[in-house]
Amino acid sequence: MSKRVCMTEYLAIDLDKERWLCRRCEHDIGDANDDYKKGLLLNPRDPGEIHKPLIDPDKYEFTFQPDARWCQIVEFYCPNCGTMVEVEYLIPGHPPLYQHEVDIKALKKQVKKYPQMLEEPDIGPDVSARHDHSRHEHMRRED
Amino acid sequence: MSAAKSSAAQKSAAKSTRDSEAERERKLVDEFLDSTTLFLGPDPEIMNEHGLYPRTEAEEKALANGYDDDLLAQVRDTLNAGTNEGFEMLEQMGAAPGAKWGDLITGIYTAGGDLVIPSASGVLIFSSLSHHALKFINKYWTDEPTVGVKPGDVFMHNDSRYGNIHNTDQSMYVPIFHKGTLVAWAGAIVHEGENGAVEPGGMPSAAESTYEEGLKMPPIKVGENYQLRRDMVTFLQNSVREPKLQYEDMKVKLFVCRRIEERFNAAVENYGLEVVIAAMRKGLEDVEAEVKRRIRAYPDGTVRTVVIADGTLRENVAVKVNLELVCKGDELIFDFRGSSPEFANRCNNTVLASLKGMICQLFLTFVWPDLPRNQAVFAPIKVICDPRSALASSYETPNAQSMMTFFPAFCCGQKAIAHLIYPSSRKYTKVVAPWFCMISTFIYGGVTQRGEVVGNVCADLNGMGGGARADADGEHGIAPIFSAMADTGEQEVNEQEVPFLQLVSKKILKDNQAFGKYRGGMGYEMMVATKDSEFWGFMVTCLGSKFPITQGLFGGYACPTYPLCKVKGDDIYEVMKNTPEHFRHSMVEVMNEQPFKNSEYSTHHMGLQYELAKRGELYMISQGSGGGYGDVLEREPESVLEDLRNDLISHAVAQDIYQVCYDEETLALDAKATEKARKETRKKRIKKGMTYKQFMKKHVRKTPPDYPPFYGCWGSDRDTIYAGSPDIKTRADAIQPIMMPNPKDVRIAKLEAEIKKLRSA
Repeated sequence: MSKRVCMTEYLAIDLDKERWLCRRCEHDIGDANDDYKKGLLLNPRDPGEIHKPLIDPDKYEFTFQPDARWCQIVEFYCPNCGTMVEVEYLIPGHPPLYQHEVDIKALKKQVKKYPQMLEEPDIGPDVSARHDHSRHEHMRRED
Repeated sequence: MSAAKSSAAQKSAAKSTRDSEAERERKLVDEFLDSTTLFLGPDPEIMNEHGLYPRTEAEEKALANGYDDDLLAQVRDTLNAGTNEGFEMLEQMGAAPGAKWGDLITGIYTAGGDLVIPSASGVLIFSSLSHHALKFINKYWTDEPTVGVKPGDVFMHNDSRYGNIHNTDQSMYVPIFHKGTLVAWAGAIVHEGENGAVEPGGMPSAAESTYEEGLKMPPIKVGENYQLRRDMVTFLQNSVREPKLQYEDMKVKLFVCRRIEERFNAAVENYGLEVVIAAMRKGLEDVEAEVKRRIRAYPDGTVRTVVIADGTLRENVAVKVNLELVCKGDELIFDFRGSSPEFANRCNNTVLASLKGMICQLFLTFVWPDLPRNQAVFAPIKVICDPRSALASSYETPNAQSMMTFFPAFCCGQKAIAHLIYPSSRKYTKVVAPWFCMISTFIYGGVTQRGEVVGNVCADLNGMGGGARADADGEHGIAPIFSAMADTGEQEVNEQEVPFLQLVSKKILKDNQAFGKYRGGMGYEMMVATKDSEFWGFMVTCLGSKFPITQGLFGGYACPTYPLCKVKGDDIYEVMKNTPEHFRHSMVEVMNEQPFKNSEYSTHHMGLQYELAKRGELYMISQGSGGGYGDVLEREPESVLEDLRNDLISHAVAQDIYQVCYDEETLALDAKATEKARKETRKKRIKKGMTYKQFMKKHVRKTPPDYPPFYGCWGSDRDTIYAGSPDIKTRADAIQPIMMPNPKDVRIAKLEAEIKKLRSA
């Protein structure tokens, strides 16, 4: 199996092939040296479809619903399984961001140093009161 | 010697004479300028530097002894016990609401001014801010014969241009001497509230210049021999609306600094001065090295995020906060170039040092909460901004509401750093979506039911909704972004001191949720009305009424937008007395049903300048939701039903957003139908989605639209900065502050145009 690093909840990078992959369906999204958004499907939406007004828009200007003249929601889907990989809130007409420009060459080197990056990512520790901050023990665990 | 050679020698000698004369003149000019400084403004050398102060001779000597790490840790624990004790004293005895609810911090600083042992609780943003003021004192007052730094001296400051968040926070510092040598500083900082600004409460939004923002102290000496100078106290009392609070909290902070000094001296007596100095310096240097090691484990690359701050608090305009987070080796750079220009007459500008403090807070609380909480955590991280941008504002522009740009910058940073944390091999906290990042609360001012003139803020600002985590929902109204352990206070206690009631307090507002696989922690609503005062008013200082202010992560949605709602015309207390059945326990019901017959109902953006409120007029706002995490279609259907049972969401949200099928009466899940509905939705997404190229062609503009007024770079071209219109732009290195018209003038002009049109018709 080729080496892969999970980059987000839904995206991984196949390091051998240098490709973005969907973590839900393994779909090949595109060149990992480029913007993954180029390989996704985009759906521009009126913000009122998601954030519905809680107070009557016929009576009031400000209603808990974003103003469609100010805000466009762009949803990004995996073209194969339809998972919503990313959501971007943009001023209408603003181009989507090149969200994560990964230095693949450096990542390959980092993976050698930190092979745990190739495993399923843990989502981080729970808060614990047991740790003794001042002794800096946490600083000695690696390297 | 030839004639030519002789001539060259003469020329060379003449040149040498001219050079030495020029050198002498230059020295004279330098000496003159050094001895005749007209004004000691903020020192750029101090303000632009957030790294550690170079090792002093005493530190070099102490570290050379190679003390045992465990001994040094023991010393730091001892010192930390002292700052924690100081924190408890300040929280218990401080008069300011901010002190009572944890909006404070205490600390021990090195002789050079680096914050090394702050209290375990409190507002950690001060960790990379307060040192600037001490470095100013060290540099300018130590050898200044009219000031000096001596044992028993007491210093204060509050001006963010010398290192602070905003001038509602007042510091106090006491130098600690050992056998005549400065060895450390003790400090305490509190969000005091009142500061004599053009509006009461310490956080003016109407101020159009720094001179309307109230008291702005550079670091000044306010006491000697551990006594506050009564002339200085009187001056400061005269500068604010709450003279009693001013005096009381100065006294409390002095006692706190003295207690910390006492604990420091006890540690010196117990362990020896060199051990204490080594413990402090090594504490900083170890942390700096550790931070570099942790950064190296992040994937190299660039993450981009944008947050639109949708106003200045006076008007709705699109203020772009633009971030490129660059990680390379052990370098981490927050590059905010391309963000909005600064505003000449609005106080939403951020001093660069304040921005750094806020980003430091991100790491201290949300990224590496396990690290010792000191200034070194941020020392290796760089921040870049365009000069005169809203995130690196100049001396002249007001900044009392800097939160309106540096809180959105925090949100940008929190979203960006999650992209680096997620793939990293070791995490020190959960991956989390952005926290709600606005101060949704009421600021108040006027004469209380006891005849006191006051101006301050409700602790509800501390109830920000937590961001969803990678394995759990966010927590409701949990904590502010700037302090993990601040309290929201007891409303009943508050009502004993101020003449208004919260008729609905801390009630979660239904559907006020950032949706996702894990949803954001939700915000609660607040309904207030004045009672028992003829002179009382409110302010609200919050963005996000047009454009959601807090984003989601990895497919999670943002929070909704938030209005300020007002109901005027009826006295709500009379309504409750005479026709209690007309009262509604939610702003949504009040506004939709309009149950009070004589009232006018209106909504506004959440930048309310100080407004007098008559008895029984209703003002209603809501705290916000933290960002959602992941695709809504992956949310456990049972979690959706649980939210329904708890009345957190409506059926419309459960069915339309989360695509959950169930029996509306029993709330029994129909798992098969849910699976089918979600499958269908995914198919619809694929059918409806367009390619990136199609989107770029159909939906992307080359320049900003005419409306909304847009400030900042457009797209990836960070060299061109727009200033409110597609036709007004400037180079990023030549930004001029934006002068905004008075919103009332804008309104008058609009009405005059309407009148003209009607007359001509």
